[in-house]
Amino acid sequence: MKKYILALITALSLSGAAHASGSEGIAWDKAPVNTNDLTSLQNGAKLFVNYCLNCHSAAYMRFNRLQDIGLTTEQIKDNLLFTTDKVGDTMKAAIDPKQAKDWFGGNPPDLTLIARSRAGHQGSGADYLYTYLRTYYVDDTKATGWNNLAFPNVGMPHVLWELQGKRRPVFDTKQEHGHEVNVFKGWEQVTPGSMSPLQYDQNIGDLVNFLQWMGEPAQKSRVQIGVWVMLFLLIFTFIAWRLNAAYWKDIK
Amino acid sequence: MARQFKEISPNAPVADRLTNWFENRIPTAFEAYKIHMSEYYAPKNFNIWYFFGALSMLVLVIQIVTGIFLVMHYKPDATLAFASVEYIMRDVPWGWLVRYMHSTGASAFFVVVYLHMFRGLIYGSYRKPRELVWLFGCAIFLVLMAEAFMGYLLPWGQMSYWGAQVIVNLFSAIPFIGPDLALLIRGDYVVGDATLNRFFSFHVIAVPLVLLGLVVAHLLALHDVGSNNPDGVEIKGPNAPRDAKGNPLDGIPFHPYYTVHDIMGVGVFLLVFSAIVFFAPEAGGYFLEYNNFIPADPLKTPAHIAPVWYFTPFYSMLRAITGEMMYVLIACVLVGAFLGAFKSKLPNILKVAVVGAAVVLSAMMLAIDAKFWGVVVMGGAVIILFFLPWLDNCEVKSIRYRPDWQLYMYGIFVLNFVVLGYLGVQPPSPLGERVSQVGTLFYFGFFLLMPWWSQIGQTKPVPDRVTFTAH
Repeated sequence: MKKYILALITALSLSGAAHASGSEGIAWDKAPVNTNDLTSLQNGAKLFVNYCLNCHSAAYMRFNRLQDIGLTTEQIKDNLLFTTDKVGDTMKAAIDPKQAKDWFGGNPPDLTLIARSRAGHQGSGADYLYTYLRTYYVDDTKATGWNNLAFPNVGMPHVLWELQGKRRPVFDTKQEHGHEVNVFKGWEQVTPGSMSPLQYDQNIGDLVNFLQWMGEPAQKSRVQIGVWVMLFLLIFTFIAWRLNAAYWKDIK
Repeated sequence: MARQFKEISPNAPVADRLTNWFENRIPTAFEAYKIHMSEYYAPKNFNIWYFFGALSMLVLVIQIVTGIFLVMHYKPDATLAFASVEYIMRDVPWGWLVRYMHSTGASAFFVVVYLHMFRGLIYGSYRKPRELVWLFGCAIFLVLMAEAFMGYLLPWGQMSYWGAQVIVNLFSAIPFIGPDLALLIRGDYVVGDATLNRFFSFHVIAVPLVLLGLVVAHLLALHDVGSNNPDGVEIKGPNAPRDAKGNPLDGIPFHPYYTVHDIMGVGVFLLVFSAIVFFAPEAGGYFLEYNNFIPADPLKTPAHIAPVWYFTPFYSMLRAITGEMMYVLIACVLVGAFLGAFKSKLPNILKVAVVGAAVVLSAMMLAIDAKFWGVVVMGGAVIILFFLPWLDNCEVKSIRYRPDWQLYMYGIFVLNFVVLGYLGVQPPSPLGERVSQVGTLFYFGFFLLMPWWSQIGQTKPVPDRVTFTAH
């Protein structure tokens, strides 16, 4: 009996594994997410507004919610708002949607919830974004001149290329089940960027951290309140348990 | 029927006089309290399985109360729905908590209801005289599935949209009326604003009304026939021991003994529930699917459409019915009909009728697309539960006194259900298809062959009194 159950479990896990290897893109790196790190979140917000918000919107996110990551209304107004925006507005893209469709073949997706929607069995949405934003490479066969290891044939060009510089992936060819398979080995820097690779990774970490926070701005208070709720319920359950025992002690 | 007006001394305490005032004016409420609470005698040997009935009531209340607050801010409009949910999550004070309680509550509802149904299954709580309690319960389960399905469309994310599209399209597989029926459900040729509006209406008022009515019927029937217990011993039977007042010796008043007991269960349940709400509201993508954080897009079909976990065992059975599988099912129908006809003591004319019906059914199974039979199998998997009281032929009710081998039978049934659920989450695969086909045959075999297998083996002697050790 046990043997059959084991065989069944093995078979099931194998079918799951087969699915995992069939999905697109390379394995995801672990994103250095810490939504309590306000400096990181503020740097991420700055990068987001400067680089992402030109084409992408964050239509469910209000500018003044940035107060939650330690910015004052004045700071938000002076540094992050376009001149026409009000601080209570949601984050709209600078680009006209019609033009975007002409240029990229589709509307750039809204980014408010991108860190939540991109999660999968390979990791969290933040892991995906952290990998995606660090695996752009030059590819002359593409219309934009760019391609991506985590998102093959991506429509978006490498917006941050001036920071990272141009890179090209290096592959090893390996024999696997009689097929030649390309295995990603590392990067070759074609032209240097304005940031060192370490600086770039840190900044992308901050940007992803911000995207993670923006997906659910209440996440910090959710956890904080949760701790108190759990403490209350522990005491409640303890009293309920003793009360129950007091009532039932005479039942023979 | 006029009741005696009770006089009370004008010098009695205010509380007593107030109670008396009300009791003279609405005696029904006071009698109901006695019948259902203070003088409802429940067996004293309830174990952990008996928490889940009360807990499903609690979850029902959570869903209704949080639902009321969600409706205050939600917009049932295809262009506004998704944004209004995010508005609740971000701009409505405590909106995130209300929404997470509702979304976690949906899954929690199925967890406690599945456990509650399993309790009934293993202790024979569906058997005479509790058949109606079981039937009302099955109806609650069916209605709950409709409620959850329609509620899932409302956030208007990708999975909401495409899940609804897939499930409503299933109805179009029904011969003759199918396409029109699907059109009637959608209110449009694709899932759209009309669908969202009617699902909203059903989800917030029509189906909850039916659900509440059925819950009342379930409880009234239960309190008339009395609760079963882990021993399957009738504590209120004609020969059951009673005290001088005629109350069952093995029973105790529901209030205060089980109210105080259930409050303890509520505490433990809320600990688990809150742990999910506050620390893992997505529950790894099982309670809130990742794809559903993308607004519905009728032009972009997701690569992998999976229903929420509580539907996946049934979804697996739907996917298991392929063209190949139809031949297996036809063989089962024919073999079953011939065996039934020859083994039974029916008159010859009826035997011929049974075999004839099986042949006609087989012909239909060949003629009509397998997709339709997949829908029949999925629906049948729920409907078959209704027949359980008349399928079980075992001498005893409770698993405790059934032959040992039947314990394994129930164990495999649970394992099979879990495996089917797991496969329903996964994308289709050749191996998964085979396993789910075997699982589907086992699921139906378990019920359809129960009249035969439930009689096999030596039952153990059932005690006269419930087994109870003082706490």
